[in-house]
Amino acid sequence: MSPPSTSHTAAVAAAPGRGIAAWWQAAPFTAVFVLFFLVPLGLILMVSFWDFNEYELLPGFTFKNYLSVFEGCGNTADLCTTLRTYLSTLKFSLLVWGITLVLGFAVAYFLAFHVRSPGMQTLLFVLCTIPFWTSNVIRMISWVPLLGRNGLVNQTLIDLHLIQTPIEWLLFSDFSVVLAFVHLYTMFMIVPIFNSMMRIDRSLLEAASDSGASGWQTLWNVIVPLSRTGIIIGSIFVITIVMGDFVTIGVMGGQQIASVGKIIQVQTSYLQFPLAAANAVILLAVVLMIIYGLTRLVDIRKEL
Amino acid sequence: MSDASSESLAAPSSAVQRRSLLKGTAGILAAGMFPAIHAQEKIVLRYLGTAVNQDKAIAEKFKADTGIEIQYVAVTTDDVTKRAVTAPNSFDLIDTEYFSLKKIVPTGNLKGIDTKRIKNADKITPLFTTGMVGGKAVGEQGTAPKKVIYLEGEKSKVFAKSPTQFMSLIPTVYNADTLGIRPDLIKRPIDSWAELLNPEFKGKTAILNIPSIGIMDAAMVVEAMGLYKYPDKGNMTKKEIDLTIKTLIEAKRAGQFRALWKDFNESVNLMASGEVVIQSMWSPAVTAVRTKGIACNFQPLKEGYRAWAAGFGLPATLSGKKLDGAYEFINWFLDGWAGAYLNRQGYYSAVLETAKAKMQAYEWAYWMEGKPAAQDIKSPNGDLLAKAGSVRDGGSYESRMGGIACWNALMDENNYMVQKWNEFVAA
Repeated sequence: MSPPSTSHTAAVAAAPGRGIAAWWQAAPFTAVFVLFFLVPLGLILMVSFWDFNEYELLPGFTFKNYLSVFEGCGNTADLCTTLRTYLSTLKFSLLVWGITLVLGFAVAYFLAFHVRSPGMQTLLFVLCTIPFWTSNVIRMISWVPLLGRNGLVNQTLIDLHLIQTPIEWLLFSDFSVVLAFVHLYTMFMIVPIFNSMMRIDRSLLEAASDSGASGWQTLWNVIVPLSRTGIIIGSIFVITIVMGDFVTIGVMGGQQIASVGKIIQVQTSYLQFPLAAANAVILLAVVLMIIYGLTRLVDIRKEL
Repeated sequence: MSDASSESLAAPSSAVQRRSLLKGTAGILAAGMFPAIHAQEKIVLRYLGTAVNQDKAIAEKFKADTGIEIQYVAVTTDDVTKRAVTAPNSFDLIDTEYFSLKKIVPTGNLKGIDTKRIKNADKITPLFTTGMVGGKAVGEQGTAPKKVIYLEGEKSKVFAKSPTQFMSLIPTVYNADTLGIRPDLIKRPIDSWAELLNPEFKGKTAILNIPSIGIMDAAMVVEAMGLYKYPDKGNMTKKEIDLTIKTLIEAKRAGQFRALWKDFNESVNLMASGEVVIQSMWSPAVTAVRTKGIACNFQPLKEGYRAWAAGFGLPATLSGKKLDGAYEFINWFLDGWAGAYLNRQGYYSAVLETAKAKMQAYEWAYWMEGKPAAQDIKSPNGDLLAKAGSVRDGGSYESRMGGIACWNALMDENNYMVQKWNEFVAA
């Protein structure tokens, strides 16, 4: 999100007579950005080229860590850990992105166009945020007794004689991971999409209907294109969160589903910081590429 | 305590007297032998360890006895090591396992503990000093405490080969771990580590996801299945690590594991909810499942146990009153009350003699001698653990601790092992 803001200040700075003031205004954010983002990132990059042993980091320059991340990846018969992990993480990102997009869009659409009074809109919007009053982990863990082998869902199904033996894939599976992600992060889709929708000029909808457009045509040709900014921003939120997550995948996947974040976490807990740093740099590169691709679809700076 | 403080309040009646008393107090303070003054100075000890050993009741009792406050910093086993290596000033007392020492001691972040200042130092069970239980030597594979318990000096970064005055960690608790099972769901006797990978329990087993401990459990299974006999399970070669992980990956791909667990409570929940019927487990976790009224055995197995031991260590930078306070805590801990408390949870305390003095005879007979309980056995907070007449899993102290096959370990090939373990998790 930073490149737009810095180039924005640059654009303002180009205006005659306002240069100095604009730079001053940008300074605090730039300082924060440099201190808390660029410097640590630089350190991570540096450490990723260091060597290490059991208990200390050895400054130097080696590609060993990057090589070890991709060790065995030339073998096509059996995927290497890194590729396997990225594939699994990407799979979750795509699934969660798709589901939260549909859900988030539907909820935002309802809030923006079906709820007429602003008071009601606010009320319902606040209602959506209630789950965020408790911590992520608690919201996640509350699924466990529900979905377990002897959990509420299985018990109910058995009592209704719909199944004979408990369904095993409800918990500690891809299903439960996706479910938890959707539960946790749909809100990140709703908010920006709702925000975009609220800016749509209602007369455009009337015009569409006057021109004889059906409901679907209005949705597809008017509302979706005009909500594009919100969709892209929401997508960036959801995809970056899922790409880096290790807690949700850990808890809901029974700790046995691979995720890039999890590997980094294990490595840091064994003091393999250079290895973890190399992994983090690669993850960052992948996520940045995804975000770059998404921002090609819409000029966020212009749309905001 | 109250006597001592009223004394110092009454003293100012004469200025001269007061001054000399202050001098005297300072001298006593310097010697670190005056708990009542600690109370007034409000010492707070930051105690870094895993949540398992950090019991609220212990901190409360210690505060009541001495006035020193214990502030628990609870992190996972791996993170304890990480903080000891990277942030040695973020704690005043570390509670860690002996196998972590191979990482921590070479950094010089730990101070050798002067056994001359530990009242019960010579009463510490010989398991730690000579590796003997009941006069017989136990298994030494892995990081057996006796290999790492002595340092060459107070500021040493290397382990001493023979006993010295300085200990790396003062032992507190230890146990011999084995598989936990749900007898009500398995309904047949279990006697071997090999059962963990028995396809009969497909989708209903779990293993520990702390690589350095999980790999030891896996090694016990590999040996029990007759696949390979390790020269030292606690120090595998790359080839041996490959073999062990390959066995785990094959089992995982066949759907053997329901989950992997890393945290004490996770293992309790997996077992209590019936998601898992057999898994590697810690003794107090079994106790915790039982206090919920659910049958759970800490199953003795014919191949023996995987043992672990934890102890208190002091950061190298600790000095002055905090150091005195830390010594006081260690002395208090070995003095019996805490030992009895831990014994009643299913752990073993490092100084058995003092713990025995604080336990009822029937409790001691049940927990330590493997005798049937003469009365109902209750946990320290009063929950029913075992009905009268039942016998502790694994029998007496000597038969359980005597059955140690290996110790939790840090291997020379640890980095490679962690990398392979990640492969197992990702498989």
